Amino acid sequence: MVKKKVFEILSQVFDPEIPVVNIVELGIIKEVICENNSIEIKISPTYSGCPAMNIIEDDIKFQLQKNGFENIVVTKVFSNWTTELLSNETKEKLKSYGIAPPNRINAIEINNEKKIFCPKCNSSKTNLKSKYGSTACKSFYYCENCLEMFEYFKET
Amino acid sequence: MFEKKIEENLFQLLVQIADDKLILGHRLSEWCGHAPILEEDIALANIALDNIGQANSLYQIAVKLENKNRSEDELAFFRDEREFRNIQIVELPKGDFAFTIVRQFLYDNFSFLLFQKFCDSNFIELSDVSKKIVKEISYNLRHSKEWILRLGIGTEESKFNTQKAIDKIWEFTNEMFEFGNVENFLIEKNIIPNLDTIKTDWELSVKKIFDNTNLQIPNISYFASGGRNGFHTEYLGYLLAEMQIVARSNPNVKW
Repeated sequence: MVKKKVFEILSQVFDPEIPVVNIVELGIIKEVICENNSIEIKISPTYSGCPAMNIIEDDIKFQLQKNGFENIVVTKVFSNWTTELLSNETKEKLKSYGIAPPNRINAIEINNEKKIFCPKCNSSKTNLKSKYGSTACKSFYYCENCLEMFEYFKET
Repeated sequence: MFEKKIEENLFQLLVQIADDKLILGHRLSEWCGHAPILEEDIALANIALDNIGQANSLYQIAVKLENKNRSEDELAFFRDEREFRNIQIVELPKGDFAFTIVRQFLYDNFSFLLFQKFCDSNFIELSDVSKKIVKEISYNLRHSKEWILRLGIGTEESKFNTQKAIDKIWEFTNEMFEFGNVENFLIEKNIIPNLDTIKTDWELSVKKIFDNTNLQIPNISYFASGGRNGFHTEYLGYLLAEMQIVARSNPNVKW
């Protein structure tokens, strides 16, 4: 199947800001339409202001062309992207890369706060240091146990 | 799709809201490298990016409706001052940190309520994009709310500066509840919400936070207006000059 092949190729495209997770795992591929000799890929940004979108679009075209596909159209759609789309396997990848993976949206709150676990030592003794981080999808935490700063992929 | 008249009105509406976000995003970006602490520098730059990204999404929907082969960049970089339809509150200079936070707090509150209602719009593309945008605004609203509390119950100096900012900005708040001449038509079709209800909700949520801090809503009777019809303060021209110069100097350049 052509579609299956396309998805395999799309799995070779990574978010430049989180280079361990590919765009299929990230849940931003909304639809792939293969008709006659053309392919349309619909992608949705994680956040409205995600500056990586144009690079991702170029990478998709580059990878598909490299594999012999022509007439490629990448369309941006604005769907309600959520971190619930990330599988446990993808979350593990984030964690081993040093980014604390997003909690489930309905995770149990303790004292009105959701526990964030340090990706390096698994301690829950962590404090929010900055609501905003290096990209729109992350915030900064400090681990009281291993005394390291780490990034948390915000649940949304 | 809708009939022609609705599409034209919708285009106007989307451009108004997108202009608000683009201009505010540009103002916020002026803090990059100048914020009082590092965390705030990162925060304001992130919020600027959110606003510019949201403007971009709304322009994209607008140009599709317009169907004249214009791109979102053309709307942002090749329109003059009188063609911009943003409200004046977003074009005011960034001022001091208190002024920026007060403006964010008042605008975020409005924007949150508006996009919450947009999620129920009959115009499916607007409701889809709003579900995403409303989450982003709610995160930013939490940030500006926390700062209003911190500044409002902080030191004498922070309270004084924050109240001064509120007194200065208040006359520009009424314009948030104006949509030029597009509103009635689109409200009837359940495409946009009634702005009167948003105004009531906005007043309640702003007052609730101010009451926790002893900050006062000034008692004034004059309110600025005109942005939705292309009438602006002198500040917008300077902002556009800076924002548009590169695109206009090299109109067809690719990079």
